[in-house]
Amino acid sequence: MEIVISVAIGVLASAGVWLVLRPRTFQVLTGLSLLSYAVNLFIFSVGSLSIDKEPIVQAARVPDLLNYTDPLPQSLVLTAIVIGFATTALFLVVLLALRGLSGGDHVDGEEERS
Amino acid sequence: MTGLLSFPMQQLVIAPVLLPLGTAALLLLLGGQRRMSAAAISLASTLAGLVLAVTLLLWVDHQGAPSAFGVYLPGNWPVPFGIVLVVDRLSALMMVLAASTGLAALLFSLARWHRAGVHFHPLFQMQLMGLYGAFLTADLFNLFVFFEVLLAASYGLLLHGGGGARVRAGLHYIAINLVASLLFLIGVSLIYGVTGTLNMADVAQKLSQVPDSDRGLLHAGAAILAMAFLAKAAVWPLNFWLPPAYVAAGAPVAALFAILTKVGVYAVLRLWTLCFPASAGASALFGGEVLVWGGLTTLAFGALGMMASQRLDRLAAFSVIASSGTVLAAIGLDEPAVSAGALFYLASSTLAGCALFLLVELMERARQVELAPLADDDDHLPDFLDAEPPRDTNLDDDEGALIGRAIPAALAFLGLAFILCALVVAGLPPMSGFVGKLAMLSALLEAPWGTIGALAGPALFVLLIVSGLLAATGLLRVGIRHFWSPQNRPSPRLRVIECMPIALLLCACLLLVVRGEAVLAYARATTDALHQPQQYIDAVFGARPVSRGVAP
Repeated sequence: MEIVISVAIGVLASAGVWLVLRPRTFQVLTGLSLLSYAVNLFIFSVGSLSIDKEPIVQAARVPDLLNYTDPLPQSLVLTAIVIGFATTALFLVVLLALRGLSGGDHVDGEEERS
Repeated sequence: MTGLLSFPMQQLVIAPVLLPLGTAALLLLLGGQRRMSAAAISLASTLAGLVLAVTLLLWVDHQGAPSAFGVYLPGNWPVPFGIVLVVDRLSALMMVLAASTGLAALLFSLARWHRAGVHFHPLFQMQLMGLYGAFLTADLFNLFVFFEVLLAASYGLLLHGGGGARVRAGLHYIAINLVASLLFLIGVSLIYGVTGTLNMADVAQKLSQVPDSDRGLLHAGAAILAMAFLAKAAVWPLNFWLPPAYVAAGAPVAALFAILTKVGVYAVLRLWTLCFPASAGASALFGGEVLVWGGLTTLAFGALGMMASQRLDRLAAFSVIASSGTVLAAIGLDEPAVSAGALFYLASSTLAGCALFLLVELMERARQVELAPLADDDDHLPDFLDAEPPRDTNLDDDEGALIGRAIPAALAFLGLAFILCALVVAGLPPMSGFVGKLAMLSALLEAPWGTIGALAGPALFVLLIVSGLLAATGLLRVGIRHFWSPQNRPSPRLRVIECMPIALLLCACLLLVVRGEAVLAYARATTDALHQPQQYIDAVFGARPVSRGVAP
């Protein structure tokens, strides 16, 4: 599972970085979203990956990390998702405003002179 | 005194966060129609914030050295588990600075900027809340949340007023800050992965127990986290976003943004001194060279940028960069005396940067008046009864025919304010920038050169002087262009409410000089405490949750 997760994070992050460096605003937006997915998965992975373990304490089992997964990264991811969602939505609004003002979708508001 | 008063004072620690939050909610409920009452509420809340910040500062300063901390547990959990808010001398100083710049920017905006778009006041209050929270929190992830609060508000404020230039600069600003936030998250999660805690004091305590196999990971996490802070603090080469964004922002917004770069500086200062002191064994002073040389490069970049700027607003933006660079380089040397000078310099340069951004708009208006006089504003600046221009007898426009051409009061005010601002920014006597620089220079002369400072110390010494010269030259050129070269132009129309914040900020700079010794002693006590992180750790772990049986 570690391999799958790390490959997923790597692919998402590299695609995200490439897209963020592109000159079109929508590509930058997509890149930022992909990067934030990569980061969210990464936060999950630092809480020691485990299968079939719950974060919620039950009466029958001793509450330690051998029996449960770490709940903190999950709450961090939740917060990060909420904040990332809000800021991405804001970015989208600014993107549309720039498109309306400049008539193009270049990040600088004007095409490069080649 | 402490026995009776300490309990309510502890409760006051969270007040600077709650006050703007409640005000912002109230302002949203008011809606966009009732501008006068919204402005009054916002102003009252900002003033109350300043009073709170000053109260907390006096409180932590009056306590003795070992207990100069106010610790508050918002969730009432025992310490390593819940969020902790801590006010110490550094947080209190930064809060007072944030409140002062906030008050000045808000006063200025009441002239006309707050009507330039919707939701100015709620956004402004959220910005203040994010600032106060970031300065108060002692939890890494909570710091991230407050960073996001202040960034989200700053996105809205940067776009306030609309227009193509603002939207374009705003897009870049948002993109850069989103990437920086992602770096922040990666850094925080790496540190959590290695130490298993997010409480700053707990992280610092556990660092010595980190096994060698994990130390590389820990350093990587700290470095990535620092990248996020340094991008916010506008360190070269992470600062190309700053001049366009600050130039595009409206004057009061840019003035408030003068404190935003200092949040990055604060976070670096807080976490670096806490986690990587000289006594931290294998991690001692990790990244110190990067701070020093990054700061020096930034200072040089900012000073050259000030020389190269043709316009005052760009010059002001570069002065913000230079001030960040100065403070970071001085902090990185890890000498309490140098850092104390840097803190003094930080206070004075933040106030001056704020005043400079406000002046930019008034001086640009003075230039535009040649082309098209402003139509509706016909209230002249009245003669100042209490503020700077002392020779207001021959500034009166009515006497113009008797004694030849008098300097109009508005232009005299602008000129005087500009000169004082320039003196602070360039670090020339008798203003406060000079005291800060002098404190750093004399401390650099006396300091024993450590491992980092052998080359960097003299470099900082030279750069401090050279950058002052470059800044003075750049400001002088702009001043000549604005005040001396135009011939026979009409006086600009200024409002009292626009001049008052500038006068207040400059008075605060003067106050820093007059009370220089006390402020320097405060800064020295601050840096001494920062260099003994065990005090901070003990204070945080000494906090006990309130038990239900004991009613307050």
